[in-house]
Amino acid sequence: MVNCLSDLFQAEVEETLKRIQSHKGVIGTMVVNAEGIPIRTTLDNSMTVQYAGLLHQLTMKARSTVRDIDPQNDLTFLRIRSKKHEIMVAPDKEYLLIVIQNPCE
Amino acid sequence: MISRKRSEFGAPIKFSDQNASSVKDAYIECTAYPDKNFTLKQLERDVGMQVVPQIKDISTQTRWTYPQNATTQYHPREFSEEEKKTLEQSKTLTDFLNNVSMSVEIALQQNEIMNVFIDDWKRLAEEEGTFGDKTDTHLKEYQSFTDLHSPTEKMITCVSWHPVIFGLIAVSVAVRLSFEERVHFSGKLLLQPSLILFWSFSDPIHPQLMLESPDDIFCFEFCPSDPNIIAGGCINGQIVMWDITTHADRIENIKVGGSRSKKVTLKPLFLLEPESNKEVMYIRHCAVSSIENGHRKVITDIHWLSDTFEINRLGSVFENRSGISCQLATCSADCTICFWDIRPQKALTPQPTEKKKEESIEIPFDVPSTFLHLDLSWKPFSKIRLSKGETTLDHCPTKISLSDDTLLYKEQDKAAAQDKAVKAGEARPYQNLEEGLANHLEPIDDFCTKFFVGTEEGEVIYTDWKMERDPETGRFMRTRLWAAEWRNVNSVIKDEMAFSTPTAKKPVSLYTVHDGAVHTVQRSPFYHDIILTVGGWNVAIWKEGVMTGPLLQSCCAPKRYTSGHWSLTRPGVFYIGREDGYLDIWDLLEKTHEPAQSQNICITMITCVKPWTFSAKQQFIAIADYFGTLHILEIPWTLSHPSTNEVSSIHYYFEREVKHLEYVEQRKKIREQEKKDMKLEIEKKKVKMHQKSKEQMEAELKMEYESYLELERNVLVNLGLIKVKETMSYVEMV
Repeated sequence: MVNCLSDLFQAEVEETLKRIQSHKGVIGTMVVNAEGIPIRTTLDNSMTVQYAGLLHQLTMKARSTVRDIDPQNDLTFLRIRSKKHEIMVAPDKEYLLIVIQNPCE
Repeated sequence: MISRKRSEFGAPIKFSDQNASSVKDAYIECTAYPDKNFTLKQLERDVGMQVVPQIKDISTQTRWTYPQNATTQYHPREFSEEEKKTLEQSKTLTDFLNNVSMSVEIALQQNEIMNVFIDDWKRLAEEEGTFGDKTDTHLKEYQSFTDLHSPTEKMITCVSWHPVIFGLIAVSVAVRLSFEERVHFSGKLLLQPSLILFWSFSDPIHPQLMLESPDDIFCFEFCPSDPNIIAGGCINGQIVMWDITTHADRIENIKVGGSRSKKVTLKPLFLLEPESNKEVMYIRHCAVSSIENGHRKVITDIHWLSDTFEINRLGSVFENRSGISCQLATCSADCTICFWDIRPQKALTPQPTEKKKEESIEIPFDVPSTFLHLDLSWKPFSKIRLSKGETTLDHCPTKISLSDDTLLYKEQDKAAAQDKAVKAGEARPYQNLEEGLANHLEPIDDFCTKFFVGTEEGEVIYTDWKMERDPETGRFMRTRLWAAEWRNVNSVIKDEMAFSTPTAKKPVSLYTVHDGAVHTVQRSPFYHDIILTVGGWNVAIWKEGVMTGPLLQSCCAPKRYTSGHWSLTRPGVFYIGREDGYLDIWDLLEKTHEPAQSQNICITMITCVKPWTFSAKQQFIAIADYFGTLHILEIPWTLSHPSTNEVSSIHYYFEREVKHLEYVEQRKKIREQEKKDMKLEIEKKKVKMHQKSKEQMEAELKMEYESYLELERNVLVNLGLIKVKETMSYVEMV
């Protein structure tokens, strides 16, 4: 019974990630845990580790900034736009979803 | 006055102390007193103060060590596969993703819809950052070179920039005589060497190198793999090869620009310059082709084939394993195009030994033996005759343009070829030319073997060098040409000829567009299938694959066009030289019906135009004229820098022209169809009229008669000659 459920969950996870990855211009997607350790990624290992570590710290900093200003507020989404592409970070209590997209226009 | 007893003079004196206040008048006192004039009350005081924390000084003795780099090596924490799997299957992750994916997708879609960070205003403008005056559009004279030491009048036939060394340009000169005059003066001409001169920017008077050849050179080219090898085509149909590797150091160390500040003095001919290394050296050619087996008339164009492929006798394309260019293509006025290989060929028949003894020619010792195997016995391995089909007259090619395709290797083959090239490169590849491996390799099928040829009559031919097996006779033959004037594209002629001559193969095309000899057939450096042809009085641009005609054909110019070249940096610009010494600069973005600019360069016919890019800021154009002077001009910023999107704009322009041609074809067809339809209709009408039966005719006649009666009655009523019934109203009567 538990097996079925976990398979179901995994299928859902796969499906969601696949959907996100198939958007136009998406270069890579990764799921990182609360400590910055990557769980699931579509990029190669070295890049994943680099993105995960750096963005995790940045997200922590952003979150603490928002909460310092207003303790009842919380960070919901972080978007970093650079010359070449855009990095989107969706934080949560335990995980982080990082998506890198090339707007390409 | 002091008075004393005489006995006390000179006697020792005793000093003693005395209290001043006890004796009166023993001293004079000058007491201080305050004087009003000299007392100043200080009202301001300039004082500095500082608050200082409590200072404590402590010292201790430490051991000083030198600074050292400290590093930390780490590796990131990672989950193992099982842990990852368990995490993936957890409910928390699923929930998280479900919550978060919505906002992520919204963000992604926002980016897909529109890029909000574009500055449209900035993108509209051209890029700023000009170097030099933007309004200056004239070519500026930089330098000009003339050979002052030659006794006869010479003209420049071909110009080529050295592919590697900055500021070095090679020029081939020929005497300015017509054929009869050449025959007449042939004795005198034999004594003068025919030369290729190497000019450098640093010295406009003395050429750096002079390459000697048996006869006037009409075209030459540096070998793309090794710029010290030069191949040239002579007026007598021979190919001449030079190897200047031993003199390469002379030309490599030319300093350009430094000596321009010094005045260059022109010394008269009879004064020999004592400075030693300025003496010009004649470098003899190291190989010439065989006289009987090569071309019979002047070689009009010569090209090195790319180092990625090679051709065999039958025209099939093979991979070139040696990594260097080793084949040449030449075309000549004897209506043939020949392919030559510089590698030693396996002799098919053993040479009789007696002949060899006779033919041992002494070569001077300082000529390199790179091509000794070719000297005087070099034959082309393949010949194409450009015949016109049934007539005996053949096309006389003036220029060819091979496709720029480089053969794409498969990965492991490429590595092997590069290794071989590297090995060969270490030991001077042209010294160790090995036999071609063409017999051992598989031919490559999908390589484009077609090329463009311009002829002396002003035709542009698109033909194929590959020979194919004729299915009927089983023999190998080359594709034959058939003439279809593109103006009469009714294509009936084509089909007839194809069936009548059994040896005709897949058709290739011929277009008569120019009114005079075509002297430039050149591919655009930006688009591989766009070709510029210049000849006679007009210019045409073609696209490979579009068989209906040129994309652009200019109207006749007032003066004949004598040479042309694409610009190397701007896709829509090309330079055309005229016979009156003017250079026409065409810019397809500006005007397509006439040149954008015209500038006078010299007083006589321009024979060759070659631009060259040295750096982003400097671009030169070399213009050679009929009197033997080579002018170097600097191309201004506006002509050398493409505007943003110029490549794509010109590409669209060509696409539009192709569509236009297609539309014209379609319209022609539609019009033909319309014509046919109209004819049919007229026929039908005629037929209809004859087919009317007798009854119909009678009925028609009757109706006509009745209408005539009606008319007669009306007329009479109007004239009042017939009484009308009273029931008719007045209005009708009137």
